Amino acid sequence: MMQLVRRRDLVCQEAVELATLYLEGAMSRRERRRFETHLRKCPNCAAYLEQIRATIQLAGAVDPEDLSPEARADLTELYRRWRSE
Amino acid sequence: MWCTYSVRARGPFVTRRPEAARGAVACEAVEADVDLLSRLRDGDEAAFVQLVERYQSRLLRLARSMVSTPAVAEEVVQDTWMAVVKGIERFEGRSSLRTWLFRILANRARSTGIREQRHVASGPAVDASCFDAAGAWAQPVAPWAERSDERLDAARWAPVMREALSDLPPRQREVVLLRDVEGLTSDEVCAVLDLSRGNERILLHRGRSRLRAFLGPHMEAVR
Ligand SMILES: [Zn+2]
Repeated sequence: MMQLVRRRDLVCQEAVELATLYLEGAMSRRERRRFETHLRKCPNCAAYLEQIRATIQLAGAVDPEDLSPEARADLTELYRRWRSE
Repeated sequence: MWCTYSVRARGPFVTRRPEAARGAVACEAVEADVDLLSRLRDGDEAAFVQLVERYQSRLLRLARSMVSTPAVAEEVVQDTWMAVVKGIERFEGRSSLRTWLFRILANRARSTGIREQRHVASGPAVDASCFDAAGAWAQPVAPWAERSDERLDAARWAPVMREALSDLPPRQREVVLLRDVEGLTSDEVCAVLDLSRGNERILLHRGRSRLRAFLGPHMEAVR
């Protein structure tokens, strides 16, 4: 009998809150199926997820600035002091 | 306040899947770290300088989000380097060098004591006003000018992304910096920031959602 009880479909407001869990691969197979079923039927949530993916990709492309020669010189100086202490 | 980072067009991002590209970059970096580590243990100054070149700006970037002023951030980073020089013998290599560095930094930043008590707020990452009474989107999600694929023009969006990152609340920024900008695994992020897996995920989710919301108007405007 229990097997026949279907879980109700996700609504968008719930689906967006699951995006990170989904992208981190942290869902059970059943949760994932439910989430993907919603995505297939809902272009808005599919667009939302795609935008989160683009956001992650853009974040991954932000490099730190190059080290200034002054900072390098200061730290080299400190290194010598620390080593000699 | 910390928007002083340049973006270089990284070769692999232009032609390959971002996940694969990042994996390759991270892997090269880890191998290089192993070599650096043994030279550092031998007291090789050039190795220290190389390490500083690789990590100084990245440590500073994280420190700025963990303490109240840029001057304190500089101090915390300097303390971190001293701890590295003095503690290199004791580094057992159970974590990656990168994770070790970030962890020392995070511990130093926390011990400055300036920071307010840490509390992770719950609640939705996407504002309830975006949805109707039934929980469906009230307005269609506006399409973006870019998709997450090899054609994505990261250099073009870097200034906006840096702005978006500096707009994040500090705790979300710390997690997003380590996970998405630095590319640490979520286990490493938890270890560095001393977070439970659940809280790490909440902060990451809220941070990413907020970045997306910040980018939205820019991405929609230039179709
Ligand atoms: Zn939906």
